[in-house]
Amino acid sequence: MKLQIMNGRLVDPANKIDRQSDLFIADGRIVAVGAAPAGFDDNATVGTIDATDCVVCPGLVDLSARLREPGYEYKATLESEMAAAAAGGVTSLACPPDTDPPLDEPGLVEMLKHRARLPEFAKVYPVGALTAKLEGTHITEMAELAEAGCVAFGQAHAAVVDTQVLLRAMQYAATFDFPVWLSPQDPFLARNGVAHDGEVAARLGLVGIPVAAETTALGTLILLAQETGVRLHITRISSAAGLDMVRIAREQGIAVSCDVAVHQLHLTDNDIGYFNPHARLIPPLRSQRDRDALRAGLAAGIINAVCSDHTPVDDDGKQVPFGEAEPGATGLELLLPLTLKWGAEMKLPLADTLSRITADPARLLGIDGGQLGVGAPADVCIFDPRADFRVSRENLKSQGKNTPFLGHHLSGQVRYTLIDGFLAYDGSWN
Amino acid sequence: MNHTNPQLNKHGELQHLITIEGLPRDVIVRILDTAAPFTALAHEEEKKLPLLRGKSVFNLFFENSTRTRTTFEIAAKRLSADVINLNINTSSTAKGETLLDTVDNLAAMQADMFVVRHAASGAPYLMAQHLAATGRNHISVVNAGDGRHAHPTQGLLDMYTIRHYKKDFSNLTVAIVGDILHSRVARSQIHALTTLGVPEIRVIAPKTLLPTGVERMGVRVCNDMREGLKGVDVVMALRLQSERMLGALLPSPQEFFKSYGLTAEKLALAKPDAIVMHPGPMNRGVEIDSAVADGGQAVILPQVTFGIAVRMAVMSMLAGN
Repeated sequence: MKLQIMNGRLVDPANKIDRQSDLFIADGRIVAVGAAPAGFDDNATVGTIDATDCVVCPGLVDLSARLREPGYEYKATLESEMAAAAAGGVTSLACPPDTDPPLDEPGLVEMLKHRARLPEFAKVYPVGALTAKLEGTHITEMAELAEAGCVAFGQAHAAVVDTQVLLRAMQYAATFDFPVWLSPQDPFLARNGVAHDGEVAARLGLVGIPVAAETTALGTLILLAQETGVRLHITRISSAAGLDMVRIAREQGIAVSCDVAVHQLHLTDNDIGYFNPHARLIPPLRSQRDRDALRAGLAAGIINAVCSDHTPVDDDGKQVPFGEAEPGATGLELLLPLTLKWGAEMKLPLADTLSRITADPARLLGIDGGQLGVGAPADVCIFDPRADFRVSRENLKSQGKNTPFLGHHLSGQVRYTLIDGFLAYDGSWN
Repeated sequence: MNHTNPQLNKHGELQHLITIEGLPRDVIVRILDTAAPFTALAHEEEKKLPLLRGKSVFNLFFENSTRTRTTFEIAAKRLSADVINLNINTSSTAKGETLLDTVDNLAAMQADMFVVRHAASGAPYLMAQHLAATGRNHISVVNAGDGRHAHPTQGLLDMYTIRHYKKDFSNLTVAIVGDILHSRVARSQIHALTTLGVPEIRVIAPKTLLPTGVERMGVRVCNDMREGLKGVDVVMALRLQSERMLGALLPSPQEFFKSYGLTAEKLALAKPDAIVMHPGPMNRGVEIDSAVADGGQAVILPQVTFGIAVRMAVMSMLAGN
């Protein structure tokens, strides 16, 4: 099967391309950029996608998407969330280990990879559990888990409270050069907390999570990373102070990267409004100062990538008082438009913006995708940057309709998504 | 949907009473004015008015309360409403019916008003938003205390009490003493006092019992009670829950009493005609000394009486009177 994508604006950050250019695909890979290779349309049907007025870029790479399998199929299924991924232009995604049971055994990882192998499904890169059952006491069989397909090891929202175990887990991971992905939140300082500890929480009577919950945890993680030499990736940084610590650590030569959830680039604790349960998130939405620092830090490259932190929650989990609401927001379908909005507001070149959701996260995952050079897998996202849409329950494919952006108008609609050259999503009717 | 104040309708009239925050000054004053004639009613032979005749008021208490529930019940009955009391054990609802299921069921029984107390901040908002989303705007929600968020009728009855004794808000200094962090009463008092134009509001507490950024609510923070009480016209003590007396917040009730208990000696620093208030129930010897609680400056029992009148005023206004 051959495919040509014609008349689009090709934006391929990894290869420093941003120009009107056609793209040629055969057998699931990019075979040429610009002009068709010799013999491309001999003896074979060549499909054509007209990308006039559209941007053609690498398929998005999402560093955190919860697919809810195994264990939470009532919240979402692989089918529903893969449809959401394709509709969002996401062709590769990492999923955190907080399934039920957690991804702490090779069999579970193999099963997930097996279930996710359909051609219209985004490529799944599981993050294995760092400790058994995420309990923070026994380290997992990381080598076995890596063989089964895990690309990194983490704890999702669970902390390793015992610093001795944390040190050993990092040492063990470093033995095999496995990256460790950890969220910086001290479980004691965050205990019972549901919102940023600031004026809004004080006014609404919500239990606060202080910035110190992030910075004290970060201090421990960074120092142990320095001690062990492990490749540390900080997931979902949320505060200006935390970001400063990452910057200083990196200046000191410590191998630490970090990402941010896309909603953190746009919202603050003020968006809790009158107890909007969709604004109940982990980490919490913080102050405007923190948000502005995150926006600038991402532009400056201190934050390495943006992710959706996709967390579908059913209505029952959200139609309860704010503090009792299950945290998280659906995000696979909003990653592109919300990142575009950030880039436009920061006045960045489109290639720089798209790099944060393609080439940069691909580099962190250590995968082949995220770029459209000749020979690369044909994971492609084709979107109309000027097409507006309103975020509504009806037009979200994810089973989770939970997002604080419900009712917002956003620009950037995906027209086609290709995964290894397979047309996984056709939104050209939009 | 979460960015418009859901307790006022299109015409700016009170549709629910969920918090004092954002209530216009004239609405607060109207509630206090409406309450005034109801206080006289207590001394009449016939205590009942027909303002809520035929209406069903559901007292929905997900958290234990005797005093607040009783005063709401008395207020509703004096307005001739049918009152249904439901004490809902939260541990059984944790496994069973959700809050909104309960609302739907009771609404199907033709409720006109819900008086709700809930341990979670924001629960009454959720109910009001749900009623609006399902086209049942004629049912009112009255917040009888939600988590740490608000206890608006307590805040209003406190304002009624202050106005009764001090007449004018515009030249007062008011001190709120005790566990501000966990107190919905304090939050409602602060919003009411700032809206009514009280020029100086002080909160007096150790740092462990103050919310982060409380000064942004328009108050002055005093960690020293003696300094905080100097020259005040009104002292409002707060109840300290027993589970907070020992642990990481406070070392002991004795030490709290020593630093923050309201004694005659400390009260002497306030103006000679200062009044002492407490939302009840009191912990004598913890936040307040008996000599003060039973002394001539205390207006704690009148607060209870005014509370019924204020709750009558709120309910009758919500019923469209």
